[in-house]
Amino acid sequence: MNIFASIGRVILNLFEQTGRLTLFTTDAVTGVVRPPIYWALIGQQLMRIGFYSLPVVGLTAFFTGGVLALQIYNGASRYGAETFVPVVVLVGITRELGPVIAGLMVAGRVAAAIAAEIGTMRVTEQIDALTTLSTNPIKYLVVPRIVAAVISMPILVAIADSIGVFGGYVASTQALGFNGSIYLNNTMNGLTYDDVSSGLIKAAVFGFIIALMGCYNGFHSKGGAQGVGSATTNAVVSASILILAANYILTSVIFSHG
Amino acid sequence: MVSGGTPKVELRGVKKCFGNKVVLDGLNLTIGRGESLVVIGGSGTGKSVMIKCVLGILRPDAGQIFVDGKEITHLRGRARDEILRQFGMLFQGAALFDSLTVWENVAFGLIQGRGVARKKARDIAMEKLGKVGLGPEVAMLSPSELSGGMQKRVGLARAIAANPEIIFFDEPTTGLDPIMADVINDLIVATVKDVGATALSITHDMVSSRKISDRIAMLYQGKIIWTGPTAEIDHSDNPYVEQFIHGRAEGPIKMQVKA
Repeated sequence: MNIFASIGRVILNLFEQTGRLTLFTTDAVTGVVRPPIYWALIGQQLMRIGFYSLPVVGLTAFFTGGVLALQIYNGASRYGAETFVPVVVLVGITRELGPVIAGLMVAGRVAAAIAAEIGTMRVTEQIDALTTLSTNPIKYLVVPRIVAAVISMPILVAIADSIGVFGGYVASTQALGFNGSIYLNNTMNGLTYDDVSSGLIKAAVFGFIIALMGCYNGFHSKGGAQGVGSATTNAVVSASILILAANYILTSVIFSHG
Repeated sequence: MVSGGTPKVELRGVKKCFGNKVVLDGLNLTIGRGESLVVIGGSGTGKSVMIKCVLGILRPDAGQIFVDGKEITHLRGRARDEILRQFGMLFQGAALFDSLTVWENVAFGLIQGRGVARKKARDIAMEKLGKVGLGPEVAMLSPSELSGGMQKRVGLARAIAANPEIIFFDEPTTGLDPIMADVINDLIVATVKDVGATALSITHDMVSSRKISDRIAMLYQGKIIWTGPTAEIDHSDNPYVEQFIHGRAEGPIKMQVKA
């Protein structure tokens, strides 16, 4: 009897969570188009989510580009295909590694911060206080973060792409003895619109996932410091998993024609 | 003390459960216009849940809630905002927004909720801060720089900033020293009289409830088990009330350890 009860509880809980997340997402998305829109808060979040993520995203992109060049050289040189290093670095960074690495780094930095901040506001009744002051907490707290993340992520990824390719250039010219101008020339010849734009579309989706997971987990945190702690963990874990899953889906959709 | 006409707030048969736990079990309560009602009851008896149902933060499972004779139980969106504009609330932990300064906290409902211009809202905030005994020197501080009692004052200033018709006080004196508690009690009495508001407070502090109430109601196991004018609380002939106001461990009320 107990086994059935606990199976039932798990399933009910799953439905409840799914329903709650769906309602929350709907509220957040419709909030984007319905006034009031808090422009000042969007600006503030653009700084926090976008601008302050630049150093960490830039550094990881640089080293990722560098290590990518080293490994591709390692493999390609077995077949005498070293000349392909620049273009493979370019494709790898712009299509996959740029958006995914930036997404995961921003998930760790921003989803955690959002969940901790909103979670603390929840347990200290600040969210209830917003309601009593005729302010919709979804519009005031969630919408600006989602809008800012969806705008910031493509810009961050565009920068990460450039820095990643530069990292590959540095590694290739300094450690692998490539000629700098030939490397750049190969990179420019290999550059296509689709490679970059697909990465930027992914970035926007990842931005949405990051802000949504941070806000959702923060909003539904309960029970003091421990609750906020687990909300923060859940935000980062769920955002990271959803980013990787969404990346697979987006890749298979965007590149399905070839 | 209920003055004639429709009551300001009325709860009829309000029920609220969390899982299997019944918190409010068909609660009936009326608050007259301009009256100050204090609901007393032990921790975990559903006092906060009751207030949150009236505010619409929680949705009752059954029953009806009326404000000025109009049912508001299921109002959402803009209609709910309209009702919320009449309300002010002082939260137990003050619930000040720590990302904003003191005056921005006080002016928040005016600027965000009512679209008052920043400069005008600031002047109103300064005036309300003055009413709770805080000078302009605290206006630019952040809430975390204030003591608990000061935060409560700012919370009170925020609650009255938009001249609400109904003010809710959630445990206004909890966590304060007796002197600061008395200061807050005096401020509550003065400000409620000043804005001519109806007040609903929940507390387990008997000193506070005697001081700020016209009428007292006792909540036990999700129902109001006694209600009467403040002066009659000592002659209630209700063993539950007797036990509670004298703070006796022995009596009909058994402490539930588990929430």
